Amino acid sequence: MTLTDKNLVRYIMSTLIAISGLGIICLLLEILNLRKILIPVTLIGLIAALGLTVTEFYLGESFLRTDKYNMVVTSGFSQGFSILFIVLAILIITMSPKFYQDKMVKIADYVALKVFMLAGAVAMVSFGNFAMFFIGLEVLSIAAYVLAASEPKSLKSNEAGMKYFIMGAFASSFILFGIALVYGVTGSFDINEIAVNSMLSGIPLWFNIGFIMVSVGMLFKASIVPFHFWAPDVYEGSPTLVTAMMSTLVKVAAIGALYKIVSILAAGITPAYQIALIVLSILTMTVGNITAMKQSNIKRMMAYSGISHAGFMMMTLLTIGSSANTVLYYAAAYSLAGVAAFAIILGVCRGKDNEDVSNFFGLIKRQPAMTAVMICAFLSLSGIPVFAGFFAKFFVFGQMLQTNHLILVIFGIINSVIAVSYYLGIANVMITKEPETTERLRVPFEYKVVAVAAIALNLLLGIFPNLIMGLTL
Amino acid sequence: MNIAIILIILLVGAILTYFSGNRFASKVAILFSVAAAIFSVALCLKYGAAGTSYSAEWISNPSISFSLKADGLAIAMILLTTILLPIIILAAHNREFKNEKLLFSLIMFMAFAMTGAFLSSDALLYYVFWEMSLIPIYFIIILWGNGEMAKRRKAAMTFFLFTFAGSLFMMAAIIYMYVKTGSFQLEAFYNANLSNTEQIWIFLAFFLAYAIKIPIFPFHTWQANVYQKAPAVGTMLLAGLMSKMGAYSVIRWQIPTTPFAAHELRTVILILCIIGVVYGAIMALRQDDLKRFMAYASLSHVGFVAAGAYALTYDGLQGAIVLIIAHGFGIVGLFYSVDIIQNRTNTLSMSKLGGIASHTPKFTVAFFLAILSSIGVPLTFNFIGEFTIMYGLYEVNLWYALTIGTSLFLGALFMLRMFQRVMLGEPSETKFRDLSKTEIFVFSLIVAVLLFFGVYVKPVTDLVSSSLEEIVMHIK
Repeated sequence: MTLTDKNLVRYIMSTLIAISGLGIICLLLEILNLRKILIPVTLIGLIAALGLTVTEFYLGESFLRTDKYNMVVTSGFSQGFSILFIVLAILIITMSPKFYQDKMVKIADYVALKVFMLAGAVAMVSFGNFAMFFIGLEVLSIAAYVLAASEPKSLKSNEAGMKYFIMGAFASSFILFGIALVYGVTGSFDINEIAVNSMLSGIPLWFNIGFIMVSVGMLFKASIVPFHFWAPDVYEGSPTLVTAMMSTLVKVAAIGALYKIVSILAAGITPAYQIALIVLSILTMTVGNITAMKQSNIKRMMAYSGISHAGFMMMTLLTIGSSANTVLYYAAAYSLAGVAAFAIILGVCRGKDNEDVSNFFGLIKRQPAMTAVMICAFLSLSGIPVFAGFFAKFFVFGQMLQTNHLILVIFGIINSVIAVSYYLGIANVMITKEPETTERLRVPFEYKVVAVAAIALNLLLGIFPNLIMGLTL
Repeated sequence: MNIAIILIILLVGAILTYFSGNRFASKVAILFSVAAAIFSVALCLKYGAAGTSYSAEWISNPSISFSLKADGLAIAMILLTTILLPIIILAAHNREFKNEKLLFSLIMFMAFAMTGAFLSSDALLYYVFWEMSLIPIYFIIILWGNGEMAKRRKAAMTFFLFTFAGSLFMMAAIIYMYVKTGSFQLEAFYNANLSNTEQIWIFLAFFLAYAIKIPIFPFHTWQANVYQKAPAVGTMLLAGLMSKMGAYSVIRWQIPTTPFAAHELRTVILILCIIGVVYGAIMALRQDDLKRFMAYASLSHVGFVAAGAYALTYDGLQGAIVLIIAHGFGIVGLFYSVDIIQNRTNTLSMSKLGGIASHTPKFTVAFFLAILSSIGVPLTFNFIGEFTIMYGLYEVNLWYALTIGTSLFLGALFMLRMFQRVMLGEPSETKFRDLSKTEIFVFSLIVAVLLFFGVYVKPVTDLVSSSLEEIVMHIK
């Protein structure tokens, strides 16, 4: 990603405007009492936004050139991520009507919040100005806090919302302070000016401190060890659909934004910072995985395994400038498999008060097709060909070996083996244990469609990795 | 002829098998596997040792191509795979299985993955196929295996984790080679200028993957349990084909890429192989379960193959290839016999068996011929392989040849002792139905291969000679 290259930078914000507008339309539909067409309108709107972004990506120019202030700077990187976010949002919102079946009265709020979350995520990867970045971050986070607590009668959901809010607000303040310090040094919020000014010699120490504070805040959002403690509780307590969104969309948005920020503030990457990144990513992979092995609640397991995947994605920060494709590919592979797995978790644990592994015992006898999809999702998450998860790991390892970070590859390998053991452990009990009832499990049609679509996209990326790796970001 | 067609036949076969339903699954699978066999025979007749190749771009950055190379060596392995495949499917198709369409589809898919691994000349493509072949066999073991669920699950899990862990180190080595040479192509790997230390590390990373897959002592601990728990088809696939994939990879990928390290570590690895050969034989003597017995017997024989490959002489390599093919057919015949015994007597415990021979003249002959070949009696296929390997080892050091030679004697001992306990003795009270027509057909195919090439092995050696010469050139 070349931030200062004028040929590659496109000053556009049409995607962001379209998505924010869609969120407002959702709220309007509620006021106009058109709840019935809400979901179709949202989906069509998102698909249109997807089409718009893809077209703009390939045309390389915008339909809307009004932004004089560089608030939104769209590069191939941010468009690639935006496309991924929109796809994820489409998949998740498709599942909404079934999930909120008994709360249809409030569906407009839930869906609108999800769309705003998407808008925040898009802003987080396409900002041209740190003010815009912070707005995006807060739009995303506040929507996420509300959604986490969106089951007011459940104690756990309340706990999740509160915990997430307090911790998240704390992290946001770190980020804000960091941005302020960077502003103090470079005299600008504009990313191009920051990138140019920070390269000048004699930059005061404040710049590095600011950079580290922004990084710490983002590491928190991406749930990197040791800033990960909120994740399992929040994931477990939140309504499962929200968990699905947090562990896929929010996580990859945080990683994408972190990648972009680190590449803007690249002047602050000192050897010590790199060592810290290496240590943190080893810790993240290992702690996430080892803790995941011990979980009996499948949502917690997904949370911890998500932490370990964040560790893998974080490695790309060490090769900033050459691994934009890799981080996008990893994010896509991870989040698509995650959505597929969550769609099935939603289906299996519907009407249950917990998400214990025992719900999955003998699933193959009750719902063979979905078991197969679940196994595929797990195979992808554990990095087995020909699913995208394999290539994601492969590309990351390739980058690391190219830059002589052998230690990361070794830990990555060890962690892959650990990850296989618990992913396959669940695949195992789905096949071999006796189910509590042999009655056929009914999985709503929407969940099935989403699960199959997500895993099909994952497989498509696995068979044709060039779809992402061949892009010029 | 485009060689990618054989992959397409097998993949389409796997998909159609699944969608043809339980009733027709085995027939569709047989149809496609025979088609693949015919195609590979035609490939062999048309190109022979000269070989052919195919390449298409797959991923641009990093540059990975879908390149296949069918030289004599690869063609020999494809012939083994595609001819064994219909035999294995025929062996299974009379048995009752739950969800047959999935089983046969997985078998076809596994053959697809292994054929891909044999053919690919791009390291990453090879790795993808190599790893892909692991998934179907894992599910075959846990879905259709024998014994208690919990133990079966544990065996399958150990197997998967072991092989997966080994393979990941191979992947790291492959990526390292790419960083070094800028290409995943086989040619680039052969001609990479690696320093001696680099070679040793890469050799060891590859060795971990192959030693677990083949398996070589002391990486064999998963084997006996898995062979015992797996259904008969699974065992045939594992012993007949999958372990051969490891041995083939040693010859194709490991040794020519890191010749210095191979020479440097030859003594250690040959000793490990020979320990494996003798250890397998001794363990086999002590088994009561017929399948575990065969597992250890197989461990002993694949140790022989590995010793041939790691001897690094032309004769050793040639013997290894001959024995790979011979053992592939022989072990399938043996496991088929075991499956027949289990099916008719409902037990695999040797102490409970005995006196089967008096009921079943045909089965006795077939079983005995398979055993003779596996012992390596002259005029059988295995004999030529084992003898050539011993000659190859003799070229390195006389003592290797002598110690490994003792296993021939041990092999005869444990095999004949097993035959005595299971087949001979007082006629058993329960009736033992003799072979059906399909079973006779399967056995006659296997025995024909074992005896024909035992008498006239030239077609095989001619086929692989030029490839092996090229490899030996890189080793020197």
